[in-house]
Amino acid sequence: MADAAPPSKSRDLDKLLLRPGNLVGPTFDPGVQLRDDLQEYARVLVVGAGGLGCELLKDLALSGFKNLEVIDMDRIEVTNLNRQFLFRLEDVGKPKAEVAAKRVMERVSGVNIVPHFCRIEDKDIEFYNDFNIIALGLDSIEARSYINAVACSFLEYDSDDNPREETMKPMVDGGTEGFKGHARVIVPGVTPCFECTIWLFPPQVKFPLCTLAETPRNAAHCIEYAHLIKWDEVHSGQAFDPDNPDHMKWVYDEAVKRAELFGIPGVTYSLTQGVVKNIIPAIASTNAIISAACTLETLKIASGCSKTLSNYLTYNGVEGLHTKVTEFVKDKDCLVCGPGVLIELDTTVTLKKFIDMLEEDPKVLMTKASITYHGKNLYMQAPPVLEEMTRSNLELPLYDLMDKIPKDVLHATGTINKDDKKSSGLRKLRVVFKGIDGVTDMDMAGGA
Amino acid sequence: MAEPKTKYDRQLRIWGEQGQAALEKASICLLNCGPTGSETLKNLVLGGVGSITIVDGSKVEFGDLGNNFMVDDSSLGQSKAKCVCSFLQELNDAVKAKFIEEYPEALIDTNPSFFSQFTLVVATQLVEESMVKLDRICRQENVMLIFARSYGLSGLVRISVKEHTVIESKPDHFLDDLRLNNPWPELRGFAEAIDLNVQDPVAHKHIPYVVILVKMADEWRTSHGGTLPSTREQKREFKELLKARMAATDEDNYKEAIDASFKLFAPQGISLDLQQIINDSCAEVGSSSSDFWVMVAALKEFIANEGGGEVPLEGSIPDMTSSTEHYVNLQKIYQAKSEADYLVLEDRVRNILKKIGRDPYSIPKATIKSFSKNARKLKVCRYRSIEDEYNNPSPAELQKYLTDEDYSIAVGFYILLRAVDRYAANFNHFPGQFDGGLDEDISRLKTTAVSLLNDLGCSGLTLTEDLINEMCRFGAAELHAVAAIIGGIASQEVIKV
Repeated sequence: MADAAPPSKSRDLDKLLLRPGNLVGPTFDPGVQLRDDLQEYARVLVVGAGGLGCELLKDLALSGFKNLEVIDMDRIEVTNLNRQFLFRLEDVGKPKAEVAAKRVMERVSGVNIVPHFCRIEDKDIEFYNDFNIIALGLDSIEARSYINAVACSFLEYDSDDNPREETMKPMVDGGTEGFKGHARVIVPGVTPCFECTIWLFPPQVKFPLCTLAETPRNAAHCIEYAHLIKWDEVHSGQAFDPDNPDHMKWVYDEAVKRAELFGIPGVTYSLTQGVVKNIIPAIASTNAIISAACTLETLKIASGCSKTLSNYLTYNGVEGLHTKVTEFVKDKDCLVCGPGVLIELDTTVTLKKFIDMLEEDPKVLMTKASITYHGKNLYMQAPPVLEEMTRSNLELPLYDLMDKIPKDVLHATGTINKDDKKSSGLRKLRVVFKGIDGVTDMDMAGGA
Repeated sequence: MAEPKTKYDRQLRIWGEQGQAALEKASICLLNCGPTGSETLKNLVLGGVGSITIVDGSKVEFGDLGNNFMVDDSSLGQSKAKCVCSFLQELNDAVKAKFIEEYPEALIDTNPSFFSQFTLVVATQLVEESMVKLDRICRQENVMLIFARSYGLSGLVRISVKEHTVIESKPDHFLDDLRLNNPWPELRGFAEAIDLNVQDPVAHKHIPYVVILVKMADEWRTSHGGTLPSTREQKREFKELLKARMAATDEDNYKEAIDASFKLFAPQGISLDLQQIINDSCAEVGSSSSDFWVMVAALKEFIANEGGGEVPLEGSIPDMTSSTEHYVNLQKIYQAKSEADYLVLEDRVRNILKKIGRDPYSIPKATIKSFSKNARKLKVCRYRSIEDEYNNPSPAELQKYLTDEDYSIAVGFYILLRAVDRYAANFNHFPGQFDGGLDEDISRLKTTAVSLLNDLGCSGLTLTEDLINEMCRFGAAELHAVAAIIGGIASQEVIKV
């Protein structure tokens, strides 16, 4: 050997982080300091500990990150074992986040992973602000939408409506279906956010088994009950074949019976087919590819060691292998990553009145809103203790609660009612009080 | 143990029972178990591959702990193959896992027949010289081979298989097999029994579009000398005709008919790709022909005889607006025809098997059925040998891609990945592998790349300084995330072949 370097655990990573290069990001400052800072200060949150989340945790732990946290509300199931490699048969029933964190820490020494076994909505918004980068390994649009809204809510705009760099919370997002997948980088204010390109995602259907067994709400639930539960009870051992018209007809008939029992309208033969054939298949290899791509992007964002993906990569291994990078553009009127919904108020409007207004505002449409102002709870719907503590604010003028600042940003969390669908959501609201000197004019220009 | 069906549920939905059975029968050999190899195998072990054999002669070093999840602090100084093997076994006890502590290069030189016992070899992080040798061995022994290499932020996956045939190719976008332009008697009979001018509005808007199109096509033929719309103008006219027959503006079945009318205009008979397959010299079968080609020979006969120029019907129909009764009946008509076609094909397969001196029942029913249903989607892939790739480059192709903005970086890395092997053969280390003398390495790599380009017949072209610098900066590092990508791709390809 030419020169025996002292043994380093980051032997391979060091080449990338300690040496200068020509094809690197603009902020790249190679050296031991960079590597150590990455270990010491970079904090990454992995959202989801499923197929992608398991891979992300492993990949990040082996890519120079030492401070990781993971959040997931699910417990381990048998069908997870074909790809969620951190879980074993004896783990079935345990929280995914806790087992995943434990396994990675056991194998990669020096890495610290804090698990959070809860819903993403259960955490304060400020919890998410604590991370440098958020990596998303999710399979639901609603959850992506929520985290996206949270990350975008931290984004502040200067008086010229330019996004302020220090308030940008970058995200990397992955998704897979069978042999196909995507990886993307979202830097709020710079790249399009999830909501700017929501049209990329066709509507998806997914129901928990307990809903099917106990509380069906719509036609699809009745169909899935007949297909997933009733079929096996009646035809023990015989596999269901979606291409066999007699099988499909049987499921349809059973679904109709169930729908009648529950008084649910809308079960048709056509819907039966649509529902029964729509399950998102998942395999280990695609998850591995997409998660690793996301991890590389995370490393690139954090270190600048190479140019980041700009901004959406698709991978298709169905026939041959095709990858494509598309640079999507920001929706400048996006309600989520834009400067925020502008609301003009009189200084006399009370917090209660304001909350009521949010239900009606066509750009917000939020019920049961909780309001925070720079991390301070103005009114919280839950838990009861906080509700009681903040209830007295309801009758106070919002202007006073905002310390008589004529123009500022509030955060509202609650239920968003859009297209007949309810979902948890967060909105950034730019409140401007009318009749305060100099403000109205300026904002007329900004909000136009 | 968990019910395998449940455990593998999410993948059975992709490749079905047959695919899973093939995977469970496969025995796979991995050469070198750095992160690239380990990650490749991980994905296959999780999927339930039959057996794995790991070949690696090295011991776990400190640096391995930073890039390979399959080793941990307690592995230091032990056989890497052994440590990786035991971790992989933990992932799935249904997989038979073993290891051999030996360097792959040595095995390739001293014991080439070793490789004949495997279905497939995954060779990772091998240099050019060993790749050529191994490829020669595997081709001779009819063992599939996949090369995977991670190098800094670059890498490659190369499949080397003499011939790979696919029955269920499951393409993303494929026209339904509806035979609208060429209906068989039962389908026509079904359509004729339905009155398009039915007065009841509920009945009218529940006539499936298949029926509408079959009947309207007949009507068109009568007034157009027996031909279907072919020019753009005629197609437009046909759609207008459909629109005119709508009884109300909200009739989804007619809207679907208009949208689906292109299926009627599609040419009859088989695709060029399929034409090429049935005309392949392998379709002249003998006693040594594979099952696939025996079935192709039978298919060729079917098309020429019973099929009247068409393949066996696939038998499934897409969802469409319809009364349940019509839809279910229509499904049954398509299924019945598909089944009848399959039986004819099966007969022909059995006859051919007899003719070439094989047991007529040596190909299972299920295989022939799947072949019959997927006849339009058959695929044959052939990969040229590594030796051929190296000795007979295609300068025109290389030049084209090197000067194409979208591909120049990818091709640049392809050339540099080969250049670093040449470099290593000359200097006994990879450029940038050690921290000292980077500048010298860069200029040496540049010279090596120039001479390689020369040999490839692209002497006029150069690679950018940036790219060469970058390659030296990589210094043969095997990054975990890159390895996971390359390993993921490699395992996906393994599953496909």
